[in-house]
Amino acid sequence: MPDPVVLFFALGLAARLARSDLRMPEPLYEALSIYLLLALGLKGGAALAQSAAPALAGQALLAIALGCVLPLIAFAILRHLGGIDRSNSAAIAAHYGSVSVVTFAAGLAYLNARAIASEPTMPFLVAVLEVPALLVGVLLARLGTGREAHLLRTVREAAVGKSIVLLAGGLAIGALLGKEGTAPLEPLFGDLFKGALCLFMLELGLVVGGQLPALRRAGAFLAGFALAVPPLFAVLGAGTGWLMGLSHGGIALMATLAASASYIAAPAAMRMAVPEANPALSISVVLGVTFPFNVLVGIPLYERMAAAIA
Amino acid sequence: MTALHPRKLVTVVCEATLERAVLDTLRAAGAGGYTAAEARGQGSRGERAGDWEGSRSIQIQVLCDADTAGRLVEALLARYSADFALTLWVSDVAVARPGKFP
Repeated sequence: MPDPVVLFFALGLAARLARSDLRMPEPLYEALSIYLLLALGLKGGAALAQSAAPALAGQALLAIALGCVLPLIAFAILRHLGGIDRSNSAAIAAHYGSVSVVTFAAGLAYLNARAIASEPTMPFLVAVLEVPALLVGVLLARLGTGREAHLLRTVREAAVGKSIVLLAGGLAIGALLGKEGTAPLEPLFGDLFKGALCLFMLELGLVVGGQLPALRRAGAFLAGFALAVPPLFAVLGAGTGWLMGLSHGGIALMATLAASASYIAAPAAMRMAVPEANPALSISVVLGVTFPFNVLVGIPLYERMAAAIA
Repeated sequence: MTALHPRKLVTVVCEATLERAVLDTLRAAGAGGYTAAEARGQGSRGERAGDWEGSRSIQIQVLCDADTAGRLVEALLARYSADFALTLWVSDVAVARPGKFP
C-alpha cells in the first residue's frame, strides 16, 4: 500500500509542475510547521521523563560527533571533488550535516504504518543533531580566510530559531508533564499528527516543484552530490544508531536523520553567518533533489538497511 | 487648506531574514518609524514566492527627510547589496506633519 505522506507530496509536486493555481496560504504552512515541531517534541519529552539519563547522554554525545563529522565529509567532497569555492562548500556542507525534521517525521510515519517500533526519545536526538553541523559549517567557511567566525552569534541565533525553540520547548514541556500529563493533549498532538503531516507534505510538494527549474543552474555535480550523499550518510547514521544500541526502528530513523538535509535551520543560519554563499545553490539541491529522494526512495531503503544491522 | 511639506519615501524590498538588520540600520540613520509588509516577487536573484521560510521577502517603507534618506540608502547598499536580495528606491512625497518624519 502506498504511503499517504508520499501521495500528498506527489500531489503537490504534480500540481506545481502542471502550473496549477493551488497555493497553500503561508500562515497555514507556518501553523503546520509549528504544530509538527511541537508534536514531535512533546512526544519525545514524555518519553524522556522515563528514560535513564546516562544512556541518553551517551547517545547525545554520539549524535554530536556524527553532526560534526558529516559536514566535514560533505565539505571535502564539494571542495576537492567538485572544486566549489570555500563559502559555498561550507554552506552546503552545513545543510547536509544538519537534519530535516519533516524527513524525520516522514520516516516515523513510514515505520508506524508498518508497526515497526522505535525509541520514543528519538526527537531528542533530532534536536541534538540540528546545531553542531551549523557551527562546523561556519568554521569551515571562515578558517584560514582571516574573517571572524562569529560562532557565538550563530549558536545564539540557532538556539532561538523556531525549530529549536519548538522542538526543545516541546521536549521540555513533555518531560515536565510526563505520559499522564500529556495524555489530554493526545487528541490534538497525537491523533491529528499524520493528517497534519500530509497537509504539510502537500505544501512541500508545491515548494519542491518550484525549486526544480533552479536545479539546472546548480549543475550536474551538485545534483549528483545531492543524490549520492544521502545513502552514504545513511550508512554512517545507521552505524551511529547501532553504536547507540538502538532498535531496528531507531537505527532506521538515525539513518534517515543523517541522510536528510536541513532546509529551515541551516538556510537561516548560513544566510546570516556566511552571507556570500549563494543560497539558491544549496536550497535547489536540498529541496529539489535530496528531500524528494529521501521521502520517495531513501526511507524504505534505510529501513531495510536497519533491519539487516539490528 | 493644510500645508504640505516635502519628504522622502524610502522603500526597501529584501529577504525577510534581513528584517532586524534593516530596522537596526534604519534607527541608526535617524528615521522615526517605518511600515513593513510581507512581499513576494521576482528579481535578479530569482523568484521569491514567499511560500516557505527561505523565500520570504518583506517591504519596509520609511518616511524621512532627505539627509536621513541619504544615510539610510548608503548604509543599506554598503552592508547588504552584495550578498542579499535587496532592492530600494526613493520617491518624493508630501506630508502634512513634518515633525513626525525626521
